[in-house]
Amino acid sequence: MKITIDGVTTDVQEGSTILDAARQMGIDTPTLCYGDTLTPVNVCRVCVVEVERSRALVPACSRKVEEGMVVHTDSERVRTSRRLVMELLGSAVDLSTAPEALAYIERYEAKPDRFGPDSLTVAQAVKVDNELYVRDYSKCILCYKCVEACGVDHQNTFAITVAGRGFGAHISTELDVPLPESACVYCGNCVAVCPTGALMAKSEFDLREAGEWREEEQAEVDTVCPYCGVGCNLTLHVQDDAIVKVTSPDDHDVTRGNLCIKGRFGYRYVQTRKPA
Amino acid sequence: MPDLKLLEAEPTQAERDAIDAVAGVADPFSDRVARSRPRRHLLLPALRAAQRRVGWVTPGALGYASRRLEVPPADAYGVATFYALIALEERPAEVLHVCTDLSCKLAGAEVPPGAHPSPCLGLCERAPASMRTIAGPEPREEQIPPTSPLLPQTSGLKLLRRIAEGNDPESPPAEFAALERARELGPERVLELVKASPLLGRGGAAFPTGVKWEAVARQPAKPHYLVCNADESEPGTFKDRVLMEQDPFGLIESMAIAMYATGCEKGFVYVRAEYPLAHERLQHAIDVSGFDIELRIGAGAYVCGEETALFQSIEGYRGEPRNKPPFPVEVGLFGKPTVVNNVETLLNVPHILLEDDPRDTRLFCVSGNVARPGLYELELGTPLSELLELAGAEPPKAVLMGGAAGSFLRPDQLDLPLSFEGAREAGTTLGSGVVIVYGEDADLVDAVLRIAEFFRDESCGQCVPCRIGTVRQEEALHRLASGRTQGDEIAVLADLTQVMRDASICGLGQTAANAVDSAIHNLGVLA
Ligand SMILES: Cc1cc2nc3c(=O)[nH]c(=O)nc-3n(C[C@H](O)[C@H](O)[C@H](O)COP(=O)(O)O)c2cc1C
Ligand code: SF4
Ligand code: SF4
Ligand code: SF4
Ligand code: FES
Ligand code: FES
Repeated sequence: MKITIDGVTTDVQEGSTILDAARQMGIDTPTLCYGDTLTPVNVCRVCVVEVERSRALVPACSRKVEEGMVVHTDSERVRTSRRLVMELLGSAVDLSTAPEALAYIERYEAKPDRFGPDSLTVAQAVKVDNELYVRDYSKCILCYKCVEACGVDHQNTFAITVAGRGFGAHISTELDVPLPESACVYCGNCVAVCPTGALMAKSEFDLREAGEWREEEQAEVDTVCPYCGVGCNLTLHVQDDAIVKVTSPDDHDVTRGNLCIKGRFGYRYVQTRKPA
Repeated sequence: MPDLKLLEAEPTQAERDAIDAVAGVADPFSDRVARSRPRRHLLLPALRAAQRRVGWVTPGALGYASRRLEVPPADAYGVATFYALIALEERPAEVLHVCTDLSCKLAGAEVPPGAHPSPCLGLCERAPASMRTIAGPEPREEQIPPTSPLLPQTSGLKLLRRIAEGNDPESPPAEFAALERARELGPERVLELVKASPLLGRGGAAFPTGVKWEAVARQPAKPHYLVCNADESEPGTFKDRVLMEQDPFGLIESMAIAMYATGCEKGFVYVRAEYPLAHERLQHAIDVSGFDIELRIGAGAYVCGEETALFQSIEGYRGEPRNKPPFPVEVGLFGKPTVVNNVETLLNVPHILLEDDPRDTRLFCVSGNVARPGLYELELGTPLSELLELAGAEPPKAVLMGGAAGSFLRPDQLDLPLSFEGAREAGTTLGSGVVIVYGEDADLVDAVLRIAEFFRDESCGQCVPCRIGTVRQEEALHRLASGRTQGDEIAVLADLTQVMRDASICGLGQTAANAVDSAIHNLGVLA
């Protein structure tokens, strides 16, 4: 199937998205709510592109290519919408631990403070209600990734949802009960997909609070989970000879980035065995 | 379905009975069998039933509904909190909802202590209007005032003729003549006739009805569904309410024709919650005529009028619009090919088949500063000034066409022909036929602020341009209105207009700046 992106005509596979095609051509398209392992929800709108003969812009992450499609990924209209999306997000949400979002703000020269100091935000208290991970929804861009990860895409636990409507829409358990009273099984797969640090392992949160989180010094060590026979790949994030976080690579066949409570959070025994 | 941790609170017997009346009596065996047929689509009806029984959705009722319908409790909570009329906090059994929207504002609406402010209740011709919800063993809703003069116009009517002639909305006609005619013609011929007619959708988007029908009729995937969109929540709109209240059999017959022509197995009519008389009369008409049509009732969400949000709502999900494509003709309700049509669109069809009136007419909902507010029907192309004269408007300061998603016209623009092209040339839209008249003393700043508030309230919250853009739009307008400006408000508003139009998922966000933009640039309000 032939499509034209930014003046270059190329062959792409039927069924791929504009994002796939753009990546194939080396065009860097910003995304926030898109995840390689998740069903596209196309809500953040930072990936929008201009498709000729379409009235509005379209989300690259979910729109399928069509024969003869002519796409512009860097027109004035595209740049304006991407800039505005970042200005709007930055004006309402604390993006301080969201590296991609910060990079897009820079790339599109967005000025989130242009709406003035009285702008309504989602600022609120951090939810620390369990030992394994914290939820700071002041940092939540409502990308739906955690809900998808907890639901049909990965975990099938359905502990969290989007509740409320409009600006009041937010991630919540049923009746907003604390996590220990909810259906959560602490797999941490929501933490793994969260692009903003709104969901964060308690170990990372505590170190950040103490001013001791030094990501640039951390080593990443790949290993296999010791607990069961599934054989999940683990990436241990090590700082000062201690494991500070465990993730799993998104492209690993077995996990697709997912783990269970033991693999993700059950590493403390490793450190306690170490002689003091 | 995995094991779900369920809300532990128990429902009362009354709540249990109300929910069982929707979900069927609890029976461990059939509940297990039901797993193969998901019943999530009964969630909103179950929540409504619980609330109508005791006044709000208690944790016990929420947990019981999720259990019975096998919906994760978090999901059920997400759905319940989506709808403005579902209460998750204790409330008295009787609640007064007072309209504070455009026409009622013009009529001096005030919210007494204890009452809830409400967006347009679709009673604009009798502004100021309100609705009382009364929970209990015999729940009901009351429209206040209960009635208004039926039709201000008596001649030249087509869709409204039967109503003007005093048909009885509670007894079936001697025969369904148009449906009979359709059966004589056969589905192919009906499709041809509708396609050959000039009929364009009356729900706002003006899409050719015949093209839509044919697309569904040709879909190999089965079953096909028909959905009649009667969510009518655009501020200033009340036409579909009058049609449903006064000619329910006409609507049911029109739906049966559409289903016949497009091979639909089943029809749904989705009516906003604020129309109790329409619910009652439609249900009666459905029961009496025996068509496979189901009445579904909303729970206070303008966005559920967007066709894909409406499907989500019927299916038991949050009313969040889906990304298009795929379009409903391919992937609609329950993922199946679906015809969605507005009430007024469908009521045109019998006239096409019976060839009894070749005129292409439209309904107009006139309210605001006029002597004779109400529902009018005019041939397309009639000048707006003629409509204003019929309704007894003094020379106005401005006219809002198309509702909150439409735009304001200046006094020198009132000659525009009421047609799709005429409206487009004047930079406006007929939308759902809203005409709100602002007289010499009307407060246009107040109107603009209310429109901005409406979109902020009604945004589903899914996409960034609309969720945050509608808030920033309202904030900038408040700064302009109060004089505490930063100096760049007009530029900020222009940028917001562009991103909401260009990058929002659905028509709500895409049109959320229209009226505001026209007030500033066409009327010079707040400019
Ligand atoms: C926010 C929003 C609200 C809408 N509300 C309604 C409505 O209440 N009734 C309606 O018929 N169409 C409404 N529409 C338009 C529908 O999406 C759809 O186009 C229409 O029902 C199709 O029917 P028609 O072709 O007969 O007009 C709305 C659209 C949007 C974006
Ligand atoms: S930790 Fe796992 S179960 Fe708990 S909310 Fe996150 S994804 Fe769901
Ligand atoms: S908590 Fe994180 S993953 Fe979840 S919606 Fe917010 S930003 Fe996205
Ligand atoms: S435009 Fe608004 S209403 Fe429509 S999907 Fe986006 S947030 Fe929801
Ligand atoms: S990445 Fe495409 S809409 Fe978010
Ligand atoms: S009923 Fe109040 S504005 Fe429509």
